[in-house]
Amino acid sequence: MKSSEDIQNEIIEEFAFLGDDREAMINYIMELGEKLEPLQDLEKVEDNIIKGCQSKVWLISELKDGKVQFTADSNTAITKGLISLLIRVLNNRSPKEIIDANLFFMEKIGMSNMIGSQRSNGFVSMIKKMKIFALAYQGQLQND
Amino acid sequence: MQIDSIRKDFPVLNEIVHGKNLIYFDNAATTQKPKAVVEALNEYYYHDNSNIHRGAHTLADRATKAYEASRENLAKWFNAESSDQIIFTRGTTDGINLVAATFGKQFISEGDEIVLSTMEHHSNIVPWQMLCENVGAKIKVLPINEKGEINLEEAEKIFTDKTKLLAVVHVSNALGTINPISELTKMAREKGASVLIDGAQSASHLDVDVQKLDCDFFVCSAHKMYGPTGLGVLYGKRDILEKMNPYQGGGEMIKEVDFEGTTYNELPFKFEAGTPNIADVIAFNASLKYLQSIGRDRIREYENDLKEYGRKRLSEIGSLKFVGDADQKTAIFSFLLGNAHAFDVGMMLDAKGIAVRTGHHCTQPLMKHYGIEGTVRASLTFYNTREEIDILVESLIDIDKKLN
Ligand SMILES: Cc1ncc(COP(=O)(O)O)c(C=O)c1O
Repeated sequence: MKSSEDIQNEIIEEFAFLGDDREAMINYIMELGEKLEPLQDLEKVEDNIIKGCQSKVWLISELKDGKVQFTADSNTAITKGLISLLIRVLNNRSPKEIIDANLFFMEKIGMSNMIGSQRSNGFVSMIKKMKIFALAYQGQLQND
Repeated sequence: MQIDSIRKDFPVLNEIVHGKNLIYFDNAATTQKPKAVVEALNEYYYHDNSNIHRGAHTLADRATKAYEASRENLAKWFNAESSDQIIFTRGTTDGINLVAATFGKQFISEGDEIVLSTMEHHSNIVPWQMLCENVGAKIKVLPINEKGEINLEEAEKIFTDKTKLLAVVHVSNALGTINPISELTKMAREKGASVLIDGAQSASHLDVDVQKLDCDFFVCSAHKMYGPTGLGVLYGKRDILEKMNPYQGGGEMIKEVDFEGTTYNELPFKFEAGTPNIADVIAFNASLKYLQSIGRDRIREYENDLKEYGRKRLSEIGSLKFVGDADQKTAIFSFLLGNAHAFDVGMMLDAKGIAVRTGHHCTQPLMKHYGIEGTVRASLTFYNTREEIDILVESLIDIDKKLN
C-alpha cells in the first residue's frame, strides 16, 4: 500500500495538472466527492457532525483488522469532494500511521485560497477529529 | 445614466478574478468605493490631518470644518431637522447598541415589550435580547408571509399598551423586502411606543426622509453607502436624544469635569466620546457628494430597472426558487437553485468571477422561518448592468446542469 506521502503527492500532481483553472478544480473536486459512498440517513445524526461554517460534515469511523476505516458525507458537493481527499490519504491505515501523518497536500493545492480561511478551519477540525478517532483506537489496541 | 463613466469611478470593478472580469453582486454586504472617497482619505492624511474641535491652528480648523460639513450634508441627505441630531457611530450595529444601552436602559423596564420583525439582522436582535435580560422586558416578533412581507393585519395584534419600542429593518438585507415603515410606525405611535429603523440597506437605495418617516431613531452604515467601513450614523429626534444619558465617557462628550461630577456636552458631542474617526467621516461626505452628483432619483430609477430585469431573467431558470419575492423590494435576489447547496452555487459562481453571498446573511431566525440553512444572494446597485445579470443567469444555468 502506498504511503500517505505518496498519495498526497499524487493529489498534488492531479491538481497541478488542472493549473489555475478554478472551474476545472471545482468540477474535479465535485467528481471526487460523487465517488465517495454516501452515508445512510440514520448515520447522519448530530453526534457524527463536524461543525464547519456553512456546510455540514458527517464523519464515522470503524476499526477493522487493526486499520481505521473512515466514511464521510456532506450536504455540499464541494465539501464532500474535499473530504474525499482526506479519506483517500488517511483511510485504511493503522491508528499510529494516522496519528503520525503529516498532511501537506492542502497547502500545496492552494486549498485555503480556494475555500477561504473560515472553511479551512472546518477542514482542520475534520483532520483533528480523524486523529482523535485514531488515538482512541490506538488506546483500544494497547488494552487488548 | 452614463453607466460607463460611472463604472470608471470604481476602479475595483476592473479586477480580474480567476481569469474572469469581476462581477460584484455583494453590495448588500458592502458597496465598492468611488475614487472620490479614496482620494478624500488621501487628501486628509496628506494635507489636513489634525485633531478636531480644540486645536487653535489652521489644520485643526480645516479638519474640524470638513468633519462638520459631513454632518451637515448627512442631515441634508436624510432631511433631519438639524445636523446636531446626526451622531457618528461605528456603524449600524454600534448605533443600535447605543440606543439599547442608553434609551433602552432608561426607558424600558420589566414587563415592557419590544417589537421586532422576523427578518431582522442579528444586529437588530441581539442588543435587544441583551437589554431584555438586563431589565426583564420581552421581545415580540412581527410575522411575515411566504413572499417575505410583513402582514399588517397580523402586525396590528402584536402591539399592545406594553409596547415601548418598535425596532424594525427598513429594507431586509436577506430578502430585499421594503417594509411598510410608515404603517408600522403609526401602529407603534398609537400605543405610545418609540420607533427605531435599521436603515443599513435603505440609506443609499431609497429616498430616506427621517421627518416624513416620523421615526425616533434611524441607523445606518457608511460602508453600505459607498463610504468607509466602521463608520455609521445615528439620527435621533431631538427631545429623545436630549433625555438620553451619554453612552461612553471621555473626550468631546463633556462640558466640565470635576472629581465631584461631570456635566455633559450638547448634542451631538454628548454621544461622540474620544477622538472620532475623522478621516473616514470626511471621506463619507465624498461618497454622499458623489451620490448627489448622480442624483438619487436617477439611481433609484436605474436600480429599479435592474431589479425588474433581474427578477424576470432569473425567473426563466426553472429550478430557481426565490426566497422572498415581495411586491415592494430593492434589487436584492435571494434564491436557491434546485436542491443544490447555496455554498456550492456560491463557490461555482466565484470560479466564474461572480461575487455573491451565501449562507444565512446574519438573519438566522428568518432562515428558520423558511426552514432553510441559507440562500444565495445577489445584491445589485447602480454600477451593475443588465449584461452582468445576463452573465449571472447563463452561469446559473450552467451550474444548475452540474448540480441538479
Ligand atoms: C439590515 C442590516 N442591519 C444591520 C447590519 C449591520 O451593519 P454593520 O455591520 O455595518 O454594523 C447590516 C449589515 O449587513 C444589515 O444589512
